[in-house]
Amino acid sequence: MSAAGVPLSWYLVLAALLFTLGAAGFIFRRNIITMFMCIELMLNAVNLTFVALAYHLRQVDGLVLAFFVMVVAAAEAAVGLAIILTVFRNRASVQIDEVQALKD
Amino acid sequence: MHLWLIPAFPLAGFLLNGIFGRRASKTFVNAVAVGAVLASFLWTLKTLGALWPLEALHLERYFTWIQAGDVRIGFDLAMDRLSAVMLLVITGVGLLIHIYSIGYMAHEGGYYRFFAYLNLFMFFMITLVLAANFLLLFVGWEGVGLCSYLLIGFWFLRSSATNAANKAFIVNRVGDFGFSIGIYLIYLHFGSLDFPEVFQAASRQPVEAGLGPLTLIGLLLAVGATGKSAQIPLYVWLPDAMEGPTPVSALIHAATMVTAGVYMVARCSAIYTHAPLAMEAVALIGLATAFLAATIGLTQFDIKKVFAYSTISQLGYMFLGAGVGAFGASIYHLWTHAFFKALLFLGAGSLIHALGEQDLRKMGGLRAKTPITFWTLLAAAVSISGVPFTAGFFSKDEILLAAYHHAPWMYWMGTLTAALTAFYVFRAIFLAFFGEPRGWSHAHESPPVMTVPLALLAVLSLIGGFAPVSRWLAPSFPAAQGHHETVLVAISVGAGLAGIALAWWFYVARPGLAERVAARLGAFYRLVYNKYFVDEIYRAALVQPVITSSQQMLWRKVDVGWIDGAVNGLAARACAAGDLLRRLQSGNLRSYAAWVLLGALGLLLTIGVAGGAR
Amino acid sequence: MDALLFLIFASIAAVCGLNVVIQRQPIASALSLIGVMGSLAVLYLLLGAQFIAAAQVIVYAGAVMVLFVMVIMLLNAGAERPTGASLVASTLGVPLLAGLFAALAYVIFAGFPEPELVRFGQFRQGGAAELGYALFTRYLLVFELTSVLVLIAIAGAVVLAWREVKR
Repeated sequence: MSAAGVPLSWYLVLAALLFTLGAAGFIFRRNIITMFMCIELMLNAVNLTFVALAYHLRQVDGLVLAFFVMVVAAAEAAVGLAIILTVFRNRASVQIDEVQALKD
Repeated sequence: MHLWLIPAFPLAGFLLNGIFGRRASKTFVNAVAVGAVLASFLWTLKTLGALWPLEALHLERYFTWIQAGDVRIGFDLAMDRLSAVMLLVITGVGLLIHIYSIGYMAHEGGYYRFFAYLNLFMFFMITLVLAANFLLLFVGWEGVGLCSYLLIGFWFLRSSATNAANKAFIVNRVGDFGFSIGIYLIYLHFGSLDFPEVFQAASRQPVEAGLGPLTLIGLLLAVGATGKSAQIPLYVWLPDAMEGPTPVSALIHAATMVTAGVYMVARCSAIYTHAPLAMEAVALIGLATAFLAATIGLTQFDIKKVFAYSTISQLGYMFLGAGVGAFGASIYHLWTHAFFKALLFLGAGSLIHALGEQDLRKMGGLRAKTPITFWTLLAAAVSISGVPFTAGFFSKDEILLAAYHHAPWMYWMGTLTAALTAFYVFRAIFLAFFGEPRGWSHAHESPPVMTVPLALLAVLSLIGGFAPVSRWLAPSFPAAQGHHETVLVAISVGAGLAGIALAWWFYVARPGLAERVAARLGAFYRLVYNKYFVDEIYRAALVQPVITSSQQMLWRKVDVGWIDGAVNGLAARACAAGDLLRRLQSGNLRSYAAWVLLGALGLLLTIGVAGGAR
Repeated sequence: MDALLFLIFASIAAVCGLNVVIQRQPIASALSLIGVMGSLAVLYLLLGAQFIAAAQVIVYAGAVMVLFVMVIMLLNAGAERPTGASLVASTLGVPLLAGLFAALAYVIFAGFPEPELVRFGQFRQGGAAELGYALFTRYLLVFELTSVLVLIAIAGAVVLAWREVKR
């Protein structure tokens, strides 16, 4: 039964799909928290690519990279959520269109 | 043998005094500065003793300094008899002048700065003579120029001092320009800058009849030498350089730095002997400089200016010697000149220290007040005049004999110059020490820290000629012709004595005669008194056109019109472009994301289409 | 069996991913994201990356998503209100995303023209032992630097949150 494997490219296409979905969410959603979750979604898609290519190359390095992506994502989540908290405390809103201070 | 230690001591002294000297006591500064030079001097002696009799070049390679392609320049020091003589002069006379400076500079501000600069100068000068390739020599060459600049402008609050420093620096640039092109040509022609290789290759080449590469190199190096050693046409900076403190004039502008050009020509004797045209040029420049500077020296009233023109004139002698092929005699004269000219300057410094005045017309009758200064200056004066068996007698006659062998008229010009030399030096002595006191009230003899170096130098001026420098150097140079001819020697000695007698007649026996003669000569006297108006001619012919064209053309047209226009135009375009691009900066995070996405897509397409996915 | 598992979890991941984007309530998006991460963990396992699969469940689905849910709860974030859309994003968005997906797919299929079949158990270096060995030998410096980064992130998060508490 195990003979019926799946082509590796399917995994990669799935990753591409998830990445595109994440990008779409980042562009079209207005809630900062949701946008942040979309970033996590994109990171996960990239991780899937790393793991799939590690399988392709039969090397552990891709997994190490995926591991580091996870660690950095965790750190980023901690800081990012703290920033969101601060923004909310200052502006009482988590709508991205109301946060345009970068313009000035 | 650790040759590197010789320059390392003064460098350490410079760093110590330069960094800590401001807060340190004078005793500390003195100990460091004099100790560094003393250590350097002793190490020179020890090295010389260990390498004796120093028949071959002693080369020490330390590390690769520049490596670029095929060019490899090492930090290499070398010692042979020529550089040994130079080292003894530099460290020995330098040591005495350092000690003298303790007394001379005692009441000056910036005490530590002065000694730091002096030590730095010693470092560069020693590097210059120990260098084993042209580029390292050039480092020392430029370094001593820098120190000269710093020390001429030591009293930088006086605008005349800073102007003189600038003048020295800029005039030397002209010479260095020629020198550096000469170095390029040497590399181009020989493929190396190391002395042993270049000179061996040069000595294998045939003697050039006309204008060949060796002649060109020789002429360009001579341009550099005329700058550093104050020869026609670049001598104008040296008289002005007397704005610096007198020990500086003695050390840098009489005994050592200005002789670097002579050293360099002697060092390159292998090139010059194969380029007779270049040698002839060196001889002519030297002779013309010796004569003209001596005539100017006749008319000056500032005691330091008299000796400055005397230095130029004596350097001219050395160039004459090198130019007629008597390199050994030239270095011999450098050796003796270092003693008596340093002594002349230090004695003048002692007078200036005593009176606060350097105009000869305001001195007079100082014999009783400053006896040590008088007797030591007298020793220097008889030496430079070539009175028999003093130091100057031997070296000057050797040059004159070689000149006679080369071309008799050069001998006669040189002898005339010798008479002039004796006249102007004794004129200064008689004006300062004889006759009635003129306009000074409180003169005093200098402290022992100044008079002891004077006395030592006086002894060296009298007996320094017995050191057989030129015979010792003979193996290093192609043999100079010209055997001893008693008649010629007698004539030149007679010329010197006649000069002294004439000075006695003019300034002691018949005071006032000089003014009458000057008045009789009228226009000619004024011409010489104003130094042939060379400074004014240079100003009108070179400096003023540069200033005018800079103002009218470079400033108003090129700078304001083109350069500012281009810069302002660019700035205006940048503003406009920024104004356009500002619209991108909407503050809307999602539109930023869309742009990023667009970029990513472009990148992917570029990779996919142009690079191929695999 | 492999194909079946892949199809099941890939479709879960795709559907949940779509849900993350289209849900209006942040809390629903967060729960969907947990679905994506869980199914991705299974796919990692299929690819032989046992340790990464476990870390995915523990770190992502566990810690990070709990953080998200906590913040959503803390801010009491409701459904988002439609506001003025960005001109660039709304006009260029859909074609851009379609182009991106097409370009990615093109690169993937151009890069892997011959179908390599993924079979469970063919890659056995994904365990904790092998990964740990790589981390503490070749990647030791990076690993240590990452720990510094995490430390800084903790300090940053504390500083950002603490200032607000004091006011």
